[in-house]
Amino acid sequence: MSIPREFKYVGTRPIRHDGVDKVTGRASYGADAAWPGMLHGAVLRSPHAHARIVSIDTSAAERTPGVRAVVTGSDFPETTAALALGEAAIDLRDISESMIARTKVLYHGHAVAAVAATTFDIAKEAAEKIKVVYEPLEPVTDIDRAIAPDAPILHPTLKTKGAPEGATGPTNVASRLELKRGDVDAGFAEADVIVEREFRTAMVHQGYIEPHACIARCGEDGRAVVWCTTQGPFVVRDASAAIVGLDPAHVKVIPSEIGGGFGGKIVVYLEPLAIVLSRKAQRPVKMVMSRDEVFRATGPTSGSKIRVKLGARRDGRLVAARASLWYEAGAYRGSPVGAGAMCAIAAYKIPNFFIEAYDVVVNKPKVAAYRAPGSPMAAFAVESAVDDIARELKVDPIDLRLKNANREGDQAPYGPKYGPIGLEPLLETARRHPHWTAPLGPNQGRGFAVGFWFNAGMNSSATVTLNADGSAAVVTGNPDIGGTRVAQALMVAEELAIPVERVRPSVGDTDGSGFTDVTGGSRVCYATGMAVIRAAEDARDQLKARAAKMWNVAPDAVTWQDGRAIPPPGTEKAEPLTVAEIAAKMTHTGGPIVGRASLYAPMAGPAFGAHICDLEVDPETGQSRVVRYTAFQDVGKAVHPSFVEGQMQGGVAQGVGWALNEEYIYNSDGVMENAGFLDYRMPVASDLPMIETVMIEVANPLHPYGVRGVGEVPIVPPLAAVANAMRDATGVRFTELPLSPPRVLAAIESAAPVPVDA
Amino acid sequence: MATVHLPSGLTAFTGGVDTIDIDAARVPDLIAELRHRFPQLGDHLDGMAVAIDGEIYQDPGYQPLRADSDVHLVPRIAGG
Repeated sequence: MSIPREFKYVGTRPIRHDGVDKVTGRASYGADAAWPGMLHGAVLRSPHAHARIVSIDTSAAERTPGVRAVVTGSDFPETTAALALGEAAIDLRDISESMIARTKVLYHGHAVAAVAATTFDIAKEAAEKIKVVYEPLEPVTDIDRAIAPDAPILHPTLKTKGAPEGATGPTNVASRLELKRGDVDAGFAEADVIVEREFRTAMVHQGYIEPHACIARCGEDGRAVVWCTTQGPFVVRDASAAIVGLDPAHVKVIPSEIGGGFGGKIVVYLEPLAIVLSRKAQRPVKMVMSRDEVFRATGPTSGSKIRVKLGARRDGRLVAARASLWYEAGAYRGSPVGAGAMCAIAAYKIPNFFIEAYDVVVNKPKVAAYRAPGSPMAAFAVESAVDDIARELKVDPIDLRLKNANREGDQAPYGPKYGPIGLEPLLETARRHPHWTAPLGPNQGRGFAVGFWFNAGMNSSATVTLNADGSAAVVTGNPDIGGTRVAQALMVAEELAIPVERVRPSVGDTDGSGFTDVTGGSRVCYATGMAVIRAAEDARDQLKARAAKMWNVAPDAVTWQDGRAIPPPGTEKAEPLTVAEIAAKMTHTGGPIVGRASLYAPMAGPAFGAHICDLEVDPETGQSRVVRYTAFQDVGKAVHPSFVEGQMQGGVAQGVGWALNEEYIYNSDGVMENAGFLDYRMPVASDLPMIETVMIEVANPLHPYGVRGVGEVPIVPPLAAVANAMRDATGVRFTELPLSPPRVLAAIESAAPVPVDA
Repeated sequence: MATVHLPSGLTAFTGGVDTIDIDAARVPDLIAELRHRFPQLGDHLDGMAVAIDGEIYQDPGYQPLRADSDVHLVPRIAGG
């Protein structure tokens, strides 16, 4: 259990150590590096969403002056390796085939060949000379078509894992998951109010500003060095090694600074291509995606279809829930539908429920993680239905949620009992907040929604090195996306009582840091933070032992207090020693002091968020804008509150974009028609008001400071909070996102509000 | 004995059994005993996370179990 303690550094807001480099443009991102003798790579991509590859002729490209290497799928070995990450072990065969097609292309933009040349223009021109003969097949670009009995099949060997009748195939349904409790039919029979609706959300992209980029150098000895923008350098190392057929010991990955990831920079897309091009050319190869390629050929998150039925008694008690979820996996299995199913009603104590979830392959890019993968769509559906229940019962939406909120000791819908969770205090805080009762203007509406996410644990390592002047360095293998360097420095400062400015935090490469899982899953401040704290404790123990040597006393007799080693009572000529005083003598007391720790952490324990959104709708155009937004979140313990607030604001901004404008728009040929930021409309700063944040700290007992994950929860409630505000403003219950102006205008003009029980 | 709860999707392979008491000192022993009693579970247990007394381990490894541990098998979750 965590012990409440007074912090000196944790909870303060120092300037991040990497801040000046980032705001002055000195920081090096994926595309910033250049290596001597470097070539440039370009990728030839499929013009079809679904087709057989009949033949590939690369001869014209190879003859092009300046071209040094050409690769196709045949240059990559078959692999059946799996990498443990997430909902199931990642099938590296799928990752490899998604990276470069072998016998079939399965989405528009699927890579079929790559070229390295002395300039990017030559590489691009040569790639276009590659002759590929395709046999086009009917594309499957939505869930309904994919699950139809006569649907074209993407993978002839695919069977439904988890199907109750046993795995059958071929099919486009990759898996089925089921959660059940109580008697759902009896529950609905008991209900006085029932809401049942079908919701849909579009495929959306994380929209990180920095595109995927890397440089790979593979020498005569077959050893590779890769510089890239990634959330997981060790994933890049292990996945790339398996895909290209190298020993992971012969691959070193150096992570650049990262310009956003949100889950989308865990999978490899370019790195294995660059390694094999470099191996052929014997020169470093740099590859940088265009925005068009990022949209078409990296992993967005699933479009979804969710049918929800909720039942409540007149006293407001939810008594039954039924939900069916279908999520698009893209071209290869692995949507986050399982997480969606487990999150859907995680906020509520519902005695009877039945939830089923289907992972569906379609001819779109293979989805990747995106902040709380799977949860936002499920929350959109369930929180919209809860809002309708509140309207039907004419009760305050927060009161209804409080009446049904899960608390410590309640059983989560996915099985175990909750430990300390902050949902109830969040709801009470939101209800008391001035925003909840502030007057609304004309054409404005207010929506409320809650969200849930698990937060990961997994592997982390850290080293803390003392310098002779009493300063320290901390190294971990987690690229810094959300201010984790400064958070780790704060933890070292706290444990060693060194000013945070005298702690230098660094991101190591795969040779220079102990194995660490990805920067993702809201896990870095929690799991890697624990490793940092333990490494600092290890360094502190060594400091005590060195002080003991200086005093010629037993190490066990030395205590530590207020950042100083304290000698045992009665020690002659012994005064308490600071870190700097002990470190200054370390050469004479045994050499360098390096604290280290590695651990495997259980999942951090769940966190909840609750959001209030005010939306103003122009009834003449259907355009809407968020005019006020307040996000409440149980953060466990905010190590650096500014970065926690930043995570909350960033999650809201992305969620609002998902709700109002963002969507992959496909034509009937399965071609995305809006693969650029002009047509794929993400919110920018001028689209949003200042997003207010309210942090609540319910300590997580699994972390010594009480830290929970904070990065993913805030993207969960906005979809429903915005939709509920739209319902309030227009009287129309929208069941499909995004709430783009044409859709909103059409619904307003139809002047036929959807009845609550439709 | 640890009490093991199976997600409802797996009960198709256990003859409808969703809760079972198993005498096991560590997670691998528990999984082996489940496979022994319900051979049809087969590879459906692969890739499951395990919640032990409320703490979820994506990879439970050799986690020890108490005599009265409450164990839930939970689908693995990916984060972003």
